[in-house]
Amino acid sequence: MGIEFRHVRKTYPDGTTAVEDFSVTIPSRSTTVFVGSSGCGKTTLLRMINRMVDPTEGQILIDDEEISGIEPVALRRRIGYVMQNSGLLPHRTVVDNVATVPVLTGTPKAKARQEALGLLDRVGLDRSLANRYPGQLSGGQQQRVGVARGLAADPNILLMDEPFGAVDPIVRDELQQELLRLQRELGKTTVFVTHDIDEAFLLGQQVVILQRGGVIAQIGSPQEILANPASDFVADFVGAKRGKRRLTAEEQGAGDDVLLVDAAGYPAGVISAPDGRLALSNSGPLSRSVSNKTDQAGDA
Amino acid sequence: MLFLQAIQWILDPEHWSEVNFQAGIAEELGDHLWLSFLAVVFTAAVALPIGLYIGHTGRGRGFAIVVANVVRAVPTLGLLSVLLLVSLTIPPAVFVFVLLGVPPLLAGAYAGLEAIDRQTIDASRAMGMTEWQILRRVELPLAAPLILGGLRGATLQIIASVTLVSNFGINSLGDFILGGLAANDYVQMTAGAILVTVLALLVDGLLAVLQRFATPRGVPRGRGASTARVRRLPVPNRAPVSEGN
Repeated sequence: MGIEFRHVRKTYPDGTTAVEDFSVTIPSRSTTVFVGSSGCGKTTLLRMINRMVDPTEGQILIDDEEISGIEPVALRRRIGYVMQNSGLLPHRTVVDNVATVPVLTGTPKAKARQEALGLLDRVGLDRSLANRYPGQLSGGQQQRVGVARGLAADPNILLMDEPFGAVDPIVRDELQQELLRLQRELGKTTVFVTHDIDEAFLLGQQVVILQRGGVIAQIGSPQEILANPASDFVADFVGAKRGKRRLTAEEQGAGDDVLLVDAAGYPAGVISAPDGRLALSNSGPLSRSVSNKTDQAGDA
Repeated sequence: MLFLQAIQWILDPEHWSEVNFQAGIAEELGDHLWLSFLAVVFTAAVALPIGLYIGHTGRGRGFAIVVANVVRAVPTLGLLSVLLLVSLTIPPAVFVFVLLGVPPLLAGAYAGLEAIDRQTIDASRAMGMTEWQILRRVELPLAAPLILGGLRGATLQIIASVTLVSNFGINSLGDFILGGLAANDYVQMTAGAILVTVLALLVDGLLAVLQRFATPRGVPRGRGASTARVRRLPVPNRAPVSEGN
């Protein structure tokens, strides 16, 4: 079940190899994130799932069915796709953009529009925006419309190619939370591509860290990767080496809370100590939220 | 006061039915328009499919540019005389004017398609649109203003050049110019020139209106315009949404 890559290789006619030998199983109804620097082949791998790119060698299976046997257009209509900069049709209204795929698959226009309105609610957009054009929306609103469009045909699989890469950090934070909420509500098999390790750790149940040529540097849950980086590359990539995630507790004179600072000395957060002692047990989620704050502190 | 006399000449109702015992303005105008119309239709039939193919696939662009430039260099009057000496009929004349009209329309078509954001097309394909649906629902509407711009250029060229067929005895508004020249009747000559000019401007104006209406809502007019400026739409009132701009 889920999506399976079997020894996938992609070589372009000019001889460059985007992906060398990639095998991974993406479980159903959870989020897998491909993360890596540019040129690691993550987008190529994502686009293989809906046959926007065909592998040179190897197989990709969705629910045990090999996709090379499925007609690309039909396959794409059953898979939601959300991209950076939304890729909305500028000459269609928001509601028509969301209704694109249902209309393609033969849903009557009026019904598709009606359902599109419901999807706007789902992604947290006001219905008053339905008859606007994409050019009249903010970047964050456009991305929400993009997500609604990706969900419109109620696909089992949702592909997201750096969908929040072009919005400002505050809006990105909101959109990430919305996506987590949607994921809890809908339980799609989501494949998410990003170069932002914090985003990967926040959204992914399974994180695949990629090196050049689609080589898997490490695969696992965020906790496993943070606790046990498989190599120096991974340690460096997740920031453990730079000390970004190695936090030190600093005693405060007054109050019960303990201040955490990172290796550079930036305040990263506090550990609350309601009973006057430190609660160190739930370090998993804590390290996650702390790391986000680190970013903002570092950027400020 | 040659210009005023020429206007008077045009406004003289007699000239609309007959000029020097030959075809009057109405008939010449009709023939001029008909020949131009035929040429524009065949130009579109040739240039649009090729231009859309090049624009959609990105293939054959270099070849098209070379051919268009070569064709542009062909002297219209020369080719017209060669072909009309062979056969003094409408089809060879139309052929020459099609050659004249194809380059601007071809350029408008492929430039119109190429100007569309690649991400929009990529997203449409990833949504599951067939190539035909991409062309029909995405590329054509978005490229329409530039395609019609090319059509305007082609039409203008053709209407102006159709005047030349009068050299070979085929009816056109050029008859008044040539006839006037032969008879040293400069008033008639000027009148002929004004008629061709006004016709060209009128048709161009008509196409300009069409072009305006073909610009899809939601798409900013003019290429330099920012994406925030959208035509024919009220200023968005800030709706209470969960995020700011």
